[in-house]
Amino acid sequence: METFMGYGRADGSVGVRNHVVIIPSVSCANGVAAAIARAVPGVKPLLHAMGCGRGGDDMTLHSRTFQNLCKNPNVGAVLVVGLGCEIVNAEGMALVAALAGRPHARLMIQEEGGSRKTTAKGIEIAKEFLAQVRAVEREAFPLDKITLGLECGGSDAFSGVTANPAVGKASDWLVESGGKVILTETTEMIGTSHILERRAANSEIAGRIKAVIESVEAKTHQVLGPMAKMAISPGNMDGGMSSIREKSLGCIIKGGTTRINQVVEYAEIPSQQGLSIMHGPGYDTESLTGLAAAGSQVMLFTTGRGNPIGFPIVPVIKIASTSKMYHALEDDMDLNAGAILEGKSLDQMGDEIRQLILEVINGEQTRAEINEQDGILCVYSQNTSF
Amino acid sequence: MKPNAIIVHPADNVAIALEDIGQGEDVRTGEEVLFRTISSIAYSHKVLLEDVATGQDVIKYGEIIGQAAEDLKQGEWVHTHNLTIKGE
Repeated sequence: METFMGYGRADGSVGVRNHVVIIPSVSCANGVAAAIARAVPGVKPLLHAMGCGRGGDDMTLHSRTFQNLCKNPNVGAVLVVGLGCEIVNAEGMALVAALAGRPHARLMIQEEGGSRKTTAKGIEIAKEFLAQVRAVEREAFPLDKITLGLECGGSDAFSGVTANPAVGKASDWLVESGGKVILTETTEMIGTSHILERRAANSEIAGRIKAVIESVEAKTHQVLGPMAKMAISPGNMDGGMSSIREKSLGCIIKGGTTRINQVVEYAEIPSQQGLSIMHGPGYDTESLTGLAAAGSQVMLFTTGRGNPIGFPIVPVIKIASTSKMYHALEDDMDLNAGAILEGKSLDQMGDEIRQLILEVINGEQTRAEINEQDGILCVYSQNTSF
Repeated sequence: MKPNAIIVHPADNVAIALEDIGQGEDVRTGEEVLFRTISSIAYSHKVLLEDVATGQDVIKYGEIIGQAAEDLKQGEWVHTHNLTIKGE
């Protein structure tokens, strides 16, 4: 069986990276988290704009997102920085890290006596964590420990012809190898419900697929009104797409051809091996956060117009859909699926993606990692703040 | 010569133009010429691989993307003007 060299965790998961993470439980703690990270090069601050001022549904969603990020397999140690009066529970985040067997600590700014004292204490903890994770060595693990997240952003007319079908080949390979693959962006499944339902492992999953796609269709109409159809399609029609279904087919092909074993919510970790659908937004950066919280150790990101964004703790492999964009943004792109337009076969391209996934999970850095394309975390919300 | 069109799935009856293909020009998805176009095909648009009678399915990604709104011929551009799309 094919193996890779990763970092074994006490909860049975395996990291392909070994990051020390500083994560605020609320945006009010971002300054302290950032100050700690500046003082300890090599640690990853997961800054975000959430943690308070929202209702129950969003608090559940955001709590799950932050808790599950704390136990992403690529996380070697966690320092949670809280304020003290926020709604998201910092203690709960640290507890999740504890249950996942990761070195962890929690500092509350209101308890520690302010930002300077919290920062000073945090720096000592972060240094200690960094020393701990650096002492851990990679070991061999089977590929069924890998969860691959799929994303397309800034799509063009060829995304669905070159990059996405080639990614589908790699998805099929990982599913056959026993791993997990997560297809998301429910908005980009509109029009393909009957096709995805047919691939569901059972009728209950088929029903969930139908329900989540109907819900985003309704939401799109609610947000955009009569513009909904127009907003999704005119550019695509110029690009040769005759219908929303045809465009969506070009998106879902990233997930390959295997059975759909589960539908999970945003930032929920699939319990089943094989292919899952994560019900989530089409907005790239929110999607990446959801995929990371769902346990992805590596992601494939196809792009037509060219998007450089990565994710702080997960290597994101960028696949260009045309040679023109690949050459224009070469420093940001890992692979050129535009070579298919010059005669390379989809199978050959699929093999190259598979090969690069293996190199990356064994430690090779992606362009987004080299360029430190981390940004802040964008987190999906269902409602507005109050 | 290099291909100027690609078939995404073996069950498809359309190919996607990889470059602008003029009317009456050769279509190649591999080394060999498959047929000639009977309309011009803009890059990233679909060209029919075979004749499709009115009401018959047009297939891309191995899935039905619509039905021919009229009798369509091999080498013809297929898009919103000659495709019936149900269920949207």
